[in-house]
Amino acid sequence: MKHENWNGFNPGVWQDEINVRDFIQTNYKEYCGGESFLSPATERTKKLMKKVEQLFLLEKQFDGVLDIDTATVSSLTSYSPGYIDKQNEIIVGLQTNRPLKRGVNPFGGIRMARQACEAYGYKLSSKVEEEFRFRTTHNDGVFRAYTDEMRLARKSHIITGLPDAYGRGRIIGDYRRVALYGIDRLIEEKKKDKAKLSHGTFDTDTIRLDEELFQQIAFLGYLKEMASMYGFDISQPASNTKEAIQWTYFAYLGAIKEQNGAAMSLGRVSTFFDIYIERDLANGTLTEQGAQELIDDFVIKLRMARHLRTPEYNELFGGDPMWITEAVGGMGQDGRTLVTKSSFRLLNTLYNLGPAPEPNITILWSNSLPDGFKQYCAKVSIDTDSIQYENDDIMRPIYGDDYAIACCVSAMKVGKQMQFFGARCNLAKLLLIAINGGYDTTSGIHIGPQLPVLDGEVLNFDTVIKRFSIYIEWLSKLYVNTMNIIHYMHDKYAYEKTQMALHDTDVERFMAFGIAGLSVVADSLSAIKYASVRPIKDSNGFITDFETSGEFPKFGNDDDRVDLIAKDMTHRFITELRKTPTYRGAIHTLSVLTITSNVMYGKNTGATPDGRKLATPFAPGANPMHNREENGALASLNSVAKLSYDDCRDGISNTFSIAPEALGKTSEQRIENLVTILDGYFSKKAHHININVLNRETLIKAYENPENYPNLTIRVSGYAVNFHKLSREQQREVISRTFHTTI
Amino acid sequence: MTVGKIHSIQTLGTVDGPGVRFVVFLQGCPLRCSCCHNPDTWDLNGGTKYTPEEIVQKALRYKEYFGDTGGITLSGGEPLLQSDFAYQLFSLCKKEGIHTCLDTSGCIINESVLRLLEVCDLVLLDIKYTTAELYQKYVGCEINEVVKFLELLDDKKIPVWIRQVIIPTINDNEENILCLKQLARKFSAIEKIELLPFRKLCQTKYDALGIPFPFSHLLEPEPNVMKKLATGLNDK
Repeated sequence: MKHENWNGFNPGVWQDEINVRDFIQTNYKEYCGGESFLSPATERTKKLMKKVEQLFLLEKQFDGVLDIDTATVSSLTSYSPGYIDKQNEIIVGLQTNRPLKRGVNPFGGIRMARQACEAYGYKLSSKVEEEFRFRTTHNDGVFRAYTDEMRLARKSHIITGLPDAYGRGRIIGDYRRVALYGIDRLIEEKKKDKAKLSHGTFDTDTIRLDEELFQQIAFLGYLKEMASMYGFDISQPASNTKEAIQWTYFAYLGAIKEQNGAAMSLGRVSTFFDIYIERDLANGTLTEQGAQELIDDFVIKLRMARHLRTPEYNELFGGDPMWITEAVGGMGQDGRTLVTKSSFRLLNTLYNLGPAPEPNITILWSNSLPDGFKQYCAKVSIDTDSIQYENDDIMRPIYGDDYAIACCVSAMKVGKQMQFFGARCNLAKLLLIAINGGYDTTSGIHIGPQLPVLDGEVLNFDTVIKRFSIYIEWLSKLYVNTMNIIHYMHDKYAYEKTQMALHDTDVERFMAFGIAGLSVVADSLSAIKYASVRPIKDSNGFITDFETSGEFPKFGNDDDRVDLIAKDMTHRFITELRKTPTYRGAIHTLSVLTITSNVMYGKNTGATPDGRKLATPFAPGANPMHNREENGALASLNSVAKLSYDDCRDGISNTFSIAPEALGKTSEQRIENLVTILDGYFSKKAHHININVLNRETLIKAYENPENYPNLTIRVSGYAVNFHKLSREQQREVISRTFHTTI
Repeated sequence: MTVGKIHSIQTLGTVDGPGVRFVVFLQGCPLRCSCCHNPDTWDLNGGTKYTPEEIVQKALRYKEYFGDTGGITLSGGEPLLQSDFAYQLFSLCKKEGIHTCLDTSGCIINESVLRLLEVCDLVLLDIKYTTAELYQKYVGCEINEVVKFLELLDDKKIPVWIRQVIIPTINDNEENILCLKQLARKFSAIEKIELLPFRKLCQTKYDALGIPFPFSHLLEPEPNVMKKLATGLNDK
């Protein structure tokens, strides 16, 4: 198949089938140089950005939510076009008719939408209330099916943050398809897929897919309509860079208008855009400055994206994140790097527009990346604290070279794989419930197998492990079953029509489970094994505290005695999870990631044998507990690197904060040293790292005088936040984390 | 095998030698410098015992982080007090292809120290002051001994980085810098001179040990003073 808008591109199978990867591979131009070619922000960009910053300030003054349209249910075409400054925008499109105005999306759950409105002093309109009175939301569906035990698990906080009242997210549409093929071709292909179904048996799976395809086709049509409201016809392929970026952005915009998903990630667009930029630069219709300006404007649009959420939600996922994660860099399977000039251009937005948490720029790091790019990434990290790194060398063999990251650390092939998001369970609480024979001392709930409270003056390691295994087995089954209900209902009542239209029809699914409190559990078991842990009982005979005497190895010191306990825990857990079949045959995966919920999880967990006090926050993700590292930063990294990606395919998050002086004396040395640290860490097969290069004192100052630090961005757990958007409690926890220093 | 007395290990060192370094702080020091940042390393009887083999096994866990320039640094305390141990450790490191760097005050020369120097890729020589008087007053050894050590390194063509802590009112003056520059001109082994700002964070360590911190009354140097003193310092 041919199209005049493809003139100048190398032909390939991408013309005959929907195959963006093949288009990229046959057309992109790798770049191995440095950053010297980059352009600064144009006057237009600066002016627009100034306006945007004023809007952000205003939003902050209104407690974080500038405005809510309480009378319109958010969808692709439900708002008239919105602009920041129509005359001066190059890439257009907003979620609602005005910048930073949030829409309501009750499909996940009407209660959540109602509460979110009320939390900010609004009232969901009676019109919307009425519309949804006779309509089943995802949330309604889930609670119709939940068992008593599932409700108890939720209530006791043993499993928390499940997407049973909000959109699940973590699905990445291949938004590039709209630019490369145009909507008409995509509809045509989906119609063919739908027609193919008529040859088979119409069982449950086929009927569901058949209806889904109907919806996908309908929403591709709405997407075209949405673009036409802005004056664009996206039925045909994009003919130049500006259109390619605009078409892609429209596709993403459609997705976030339709879905209030927890993480609405972007995918991997920069090298795709680069092909259009190279074509336009070659034919003289674009300059470097113009290319940068387009990327800058696109990123401004992404920074405007908002969802309406409740304060309870913010407790789990602090900082009002969208997780507009964009994967940058990586290597191709043929050995060429996927780094292009546009990988640099995207990073350059952090200078042109200033540091910011969104988009969540994720460097796919390989030891084979070109030196110039490695150094530029390190420089950006040191200057902005805004980017994260994930190991391309361990992901590429599994996902190929056109995968992206959803949310923080969840890898998936773009347009070919998706996941059923499953938040996480509290492993530390589970240990305490196990020791207490099925009683949760913090909530007062009896849950799980009912057994005697563990006996003995001092806890015995083998006895505890044996007991713990019983509860891991119990919780794993409950967790999978709960997730099956949630995702059955989400598919039924809040199916992602736009995003799934931008996937292959035959999609592979993951079911992503998670654990919180891994380092607390590892240290607790280590204390039981190597020190002496005496349980302390309350008047009812339940263990509520521990007296630990003697030394014991702690996670974060590169000591196999405890690190292998942590590794073993993840292995046991995923092995148990795999025993219960999943909805739609999804592949079980596991993450060690907490977002900011480590604070909330800690709050709901009793004292633990490692010496952690009642209600104290956990360390985030897979991090060692704060300030237990005694041998410096690399020992800490080595401990985390021992966790196996094979057991934790949904990602292992590590957040690393280091004082600038501890990275080296000069800025050149700091860049060089950060590059070798990243090379070292990832060659140990570690999966992920957030890098913050700053002093604790800076955060303390920002805590005390937030008005002086409106743009202070820090990486927290797989994403970045504006420090001032975290709750006070979350801020205190971030300040208490280990900062690696020279002393 | 000789056993070493180790004060502590810092797996990420970026200020004691080139690149990313595994820094081993040895326990015990014969000097009592008034500006010392690590009084907790003085006591000859403290520390945890490790064999050279054990330390090299630990260091090897970080080899991937060393890149082209990093490696191991032995600091202290005074590593020359445990030169047999240091020699064995560095010999093992060399066998494993790990760059070796010795951070020392250069106050001891004996057979064992000479043997150790054969396996040093780089020496960080802490020249505390540039006058005999200040050495006597604030260090507790003779400057001549240190100069002799430097001559030895120069003879053996072992690359040297000279390091000095800049302490306001004591050595934050141009004459001192001039002397350092003269040294660098005289000894071709000297690759570079590093000035380190005097820091008082160690006050808490002194307090905990119940030892008076002799320089507690002095101020930390201003960054612009450090910058000025370092200007043109390494021009040849």
